[in-house]
Amino acid sequence: MLEKLLLIWLLPLAAFLIQVFLGKRLYRRGDWVSCGAVFTSFIFSCVLFFNMLGEHNPHFKWTTSWDWIFLPDFQLKFGLLVDTVTLSMLVVITLVSLLVHVYSIGYMAGDKLYSRYFAYLSFFTFSMVGLVLVDNLFSIYIFWELVGLASYLLIGFWFEKPSASNAAKKAFLTTRIGDIGMFLGILIIFFNTNGILEYEKLFQYVADGKFTGEFLGMSLLTVAGILLFFGAIGKSAQFPLHIWLPDAMEGPTPVSALIHAATMVAAGVYLVTRMFVFFTPDALLFIAYIGSFTALFAATMALTHNDIKKVLAYSTISQLGYMMMGLGVGAYVAGFLHLVTHAAFKASLFLCSGSVIHAAHTQDMRQMGGLKQKMPITFWATLIATLSISGVPFFSGFVSKDMLLAGALSFATENPQHALIAIFAFITAGLTAFYMFRLVFMTFFGAPKDPKVFSHAHESPLTMTLPLMILSVLSFGFIFTYNHWFEAIIQKPALLNYQSGLSVGSLKALGHAPHDASHLITVILSIALAGTGIFLSYLFYFKGVLSAKNWAHRFQSMYQTLVHLYWVDELYEWTVVRPLIRLNNFMAHFDNRVIDDRLVDGWVPLTSNTAFYSGDFDNVAIDQTLVDGTGLSIAKGGMEVRKIQTGRIQQYLILALAALCIILLILML
Amino acid sequence: MELPNFIYHHLLSWMIFLPVIGMLVISVLPNAKKEAMKWVASGFTLLPLLLGIALFLNFDRQEAGLQFMEQYSWIPTFNIHYFVGADGLSVTMILLTALLSFLCIFASWNIKEGLKGYLCMFLLLEAGMMGVFCALDFFLFYVFWEVMLLPMYFLIGIWGGPKKEYAAIKFFLYTLFGSVLMLVAMLAFYFYSEPHTFSLVELSKPGTLVVKDLTLFGIALSAAAFKKMLFIFLFIGFAIKVPIFPFHTWLPLAHVEAPTPISVILAGVLLKMGTYGLLRISFPILPQETYWFSYALAIFGLINIVYGALCAMAQITLSEKKGGNDLKKLIAYSSISHMGYVILGMSVFTIEGINGAVFQMFNHGITTAMLFLLVGVIYDRVHHRKIDGFGGLGVQVPIYTGIVSLAFFASLGLPGLSSFISEALVFLGAFKVYPSITVLATLGIILNAAFFLWALQKIFLGPLNQKYINLKDVSARELFTLVPLGILVVFLGIYPMPVLDLMKQTLDQILILIQAA
Repeated sequence: MLEKLLLIWLLPLAAFLIQVFLGKRLYRRGDWVSCGAVFTSFIFSCVLFFNMLGEHNPHFKWTTSWDWIFLPDFQLKFGLLVDTVTLSMLVVITLVSLLVHVYSIGYMAGDKLYSRYFAYLSFFTFSMVGLVLVDNLFSIYIFWELVGLASYLLIGFWFEKPSASNAAKKAFLTTRIGDIGMFLGILIIFFNTNGILEYEKLFQYVADGKFTGEFLGMSLLTVAGILLFFGAIGKSAQFPLHIWLPDAMEGPTPVSALIHAATMVAAGVYLVTRMFVFFTPDALLFIAYIGSFTALFAATMALTHNDIKKVLAYSTISQLGYMMMGLGVGAYVAGFLHLVTHAAFKASLFLCSGSVIHAAHTQDMRQMGGLKQKMPITFWATLIATLSISGVPFFSGFVSKDMLLAGALSFATENPQHALIAIFAFITAGLTAFYMFRLVFMTFFGAPKDPKVFSHAHESPLTMTLPLMILSVLSFGFIFTYNHWFEAIIQKPALLNYQSGLSVGSLKALGHAPHDASHLITVILSIALAGTGIFLSYLFYFKGVLSAKNWAHRFQSMYQTLVHLYWVDELYEWTVVRPLIRLNNFMAHFDNRVIDDRLVDGWVPLTSNTAFYSGDFDNVAIDQTLVDGTGLSIAKGGMEVRKIQTGRIQQYLILALAALCIILLILML
Repeated sequence: MELPNFIYHHLLSWMIFLPVIGMLVISVLPNAKKEAMKWVASGFTLLPLLLGIALFLNFDRQEAGLQFMEQYSWIPTFNIHYFVGADGLSVTMILLTALLSFLCIFASWNIKEGLKGYLCMFLLLEAGMMGVFCALDFFLFYVFWEVMLLPMYFLIGIWGGPKKEYAAIKFFLYTLFGSVLMLVAMLAFYFYSEPHTFSLVELSKPGTLVVKDLTLFGIALSAAAFKKMLFIFLFIGFAIKVPIFPFHTWLPLAHVEAPTPISVILAGVLLKMGTYGLLRISFPILPQETYWFSYALAIFGLINIVYGALCAMAQITLSEKKGGNDLKKLIAYSSISHMGYVILGMSVFTIEGINGAVFQMFNHGITTAMLFLLVGVIYDRVHHRKIDGFGGLGVQVPIYTGIVSLAFFASLGLPGLSSFISEALVFLGAFKVYPSITVLATLGIILNAAFFLWALQKIFLGPLNQKYINLKDVSARELFTLVPLGILVVFLGIYPMPVLDLMKQTLDQILILIQAA
């Protein structure tokens, strides 16, 4: 087990090192090194995964740990924890990573930093695998930051474009704000448990009721949970830290598929899954609200955008919100299943968009249209993934989304005061179908808008279409429903007693499975909503019966709000960035003018006068006057020597020795 | 490694005085033999480094007390000894000094004017620094402290930039002012100890220092108040070196004016003497006062962290006219911020905090040395340091860009690199004691990330500034100075125990001393 895990984990790291130092000189600039490494990782991940699957044991668990930092009365261990969630994540990560690697061979062909690109991809794979392997909060924070670094490097990969370097910086800093919250959460846990950061031990500690304390009227456990979730808000681009993800689309498209759709942004969801039993009902409610609001909020922003990648980016934010919402309402299996299905169909969508961009040399959907004939494989892959994300039956998205919505609905029926969560979720389902079909219609159907774009367009090479085909197969529902294998291995952990609703009496049903009735209602409702969305989209963007322009005109203010993304970026610009710059400048001014000029240099005349004019070498004054005066005369002397004898180094030496002797003499008085 | 006895038993003395021998050798070489002088200098800094490695290998990790001690009577009348030794607190600093001094000789390769004087001063400086970290007699400590000051003054004042005289005098006077306060404390320790002694070991033993009530300038001072006063005197003396706000303004100036290798030494080694002094002298000798002062110390740490980071960022947002836009100043202010973590870590008296603090001293020494060396690399080529004046260098000089990125990310505390471990330890230790201060201090994490990434973007990203299409990447000699530091940054970030092992027992001992008080 350990050997296989280490291979899965460290081969990409080795590939990274080889690529960084030798990449340019290798055959084909070393793409095969990275691809080979991730392929091997994938194979071993599958071996471990299918072994586990064969055992039908949802409680499968394997751990190991090493001493890492040990001081007297303090130790941090480095350990690995492998269970069914870990293994599922490993397969998802290595599979998508492998497909993106292969795809990139075609997509990035001819780029001048080709080998460095693969180096970064390998580094990301290593960090992401590390993130899901480790068994404690301190270690996960390390890999949490490292995937952020990989993301920074890849978003800014084409760093000669100012927009790319801006986006990279923004992504790193925005997520780091969330990470500070996570770090504070870790500090609280570390302090409260006296150093227990391993997930399993921590859960045991909490279950024993030892985690006590209050802060501002909330239990400290809730506070710690919410702070940890801040990390997830940043990484998974939840409101209000969602602003970095759309900008992150400046990175190469395969990167968007891997990092900003399938894996890294799902790290936040993974964290909530992993720490699920740690969250109090209050914290879970917070997560549910943030998740469902983000889902709706981002879906509305996707409605008006014309940049194909940005639409997908908002869609990703929205879907991640779904997962958070699912976990928040206690639909644990659904939340995690949606992570897995989403990884496949969203990666597929991004890779399809990459294929389109590769062919059309534009990201603006208004210049596309009619690409269906030119790019049949890309078209079919996009359509399948779109059907999946829209929640059409027989596709994977339907399976997971239905479970999510059922969870939300049953949560709402038991806690009517929180019905808003479910309402947002259902509206989002309709909007998702609408904007995704809008994307398909605008891109592939209708008359070509731009003849130049159209005539250039062609189907992409096999290295790019093969991953699309594989991901398309994985977007079908039977993959996940066959024999109910997923529910057989991923099961909601037994809730700890404080989670079954004891601390907040008003919150029910966290522990319950959704009722059959709510399942049925959900199926009907979600199909109806998806159908409506698709139909409206058809009327607007295929038939042209309804005109988007007129509607935009009619609801001008709303349209403008959406186009400007609710002015969130502007809000931060005015409330955070500018005041910070003003504060910097003020501090610098204060430092120069007040501290330095007034407080420090202000003393100079006084001191030097004392030193020079005081002839009093009395014993009482020996400390202040003598030593200071000596210093100054040496200083003065040094200046004189420098002026008269520049270049005659012997003199400096003699002077230095003389000064040394003088000081020694004085001190020996 | 087997060393001959006459070296092994006097290991620290050799490390202190080998550079002095080197200085004497260079001073008799003819002026024209510039290459020979440089190689002699590198030889006489390499030897202490090799001895440092021997020290590292032979150092007993389980021993909390002093090792490699040597004690000889020096001025018997006043019970002054030549007394040196190393424990977990000083050994990391000794190693850092040996390493940086050696590398800095290679960073000095391009010094043209007055090479002989420069190298002599540099070697004297190394001797002084080694002496400060090895000395166990307060008087000896003070002598080395002053010995170090002098070459530093000349190195800045003669080989520095345009405002070198002002910077050198300011540095000199400022430090001297601190020395005077330290001198007062030293004399007080001497006269109030029974029997009179300067030995730091004796003074640290409870009961040696017996302060009585006294009258000073007609003001009656209780013993307790007088001890607090002594603590504050020492604190100011050391605070200037760290530097702690508001005693920090000499630092940006001195850094900007000093030649590259001297900035490296200044930031890499000299700043640590402040915090080292606090831990070596103030903490063990005045444990009660240390405890009394700890909250203030934590606040100073917090101010340093946030204030330093804000001032560093102002270097990007402010124009040159208003005193901004200087890469070296940015790094100088970032040093103030990073030393804040050290102060915060030592103020809380927890095992994580104090280990984090001393480890941070070491890590900051490495990373900031890298940063200043890197500024030197670019300054040698383009002769300016304006953050705005570059642009898009990433395309032109990829290796340089890679190393700068490593150094920047190390400085902003990226996990996997050494500073993260020390900062995290500081936070873990500090949160237990001062949660609110620690929460505010985490602001430093985000501010540091902000200005380092911003600077990275301004200098390396975006389209290439056409002025620099002929810019050359780092040379082999420059790589030689940078790579060892880079390797340490990565290695200690992944596995920090080799350094933590050295210090942990001694630091535990210091904590016990303070907790007893």
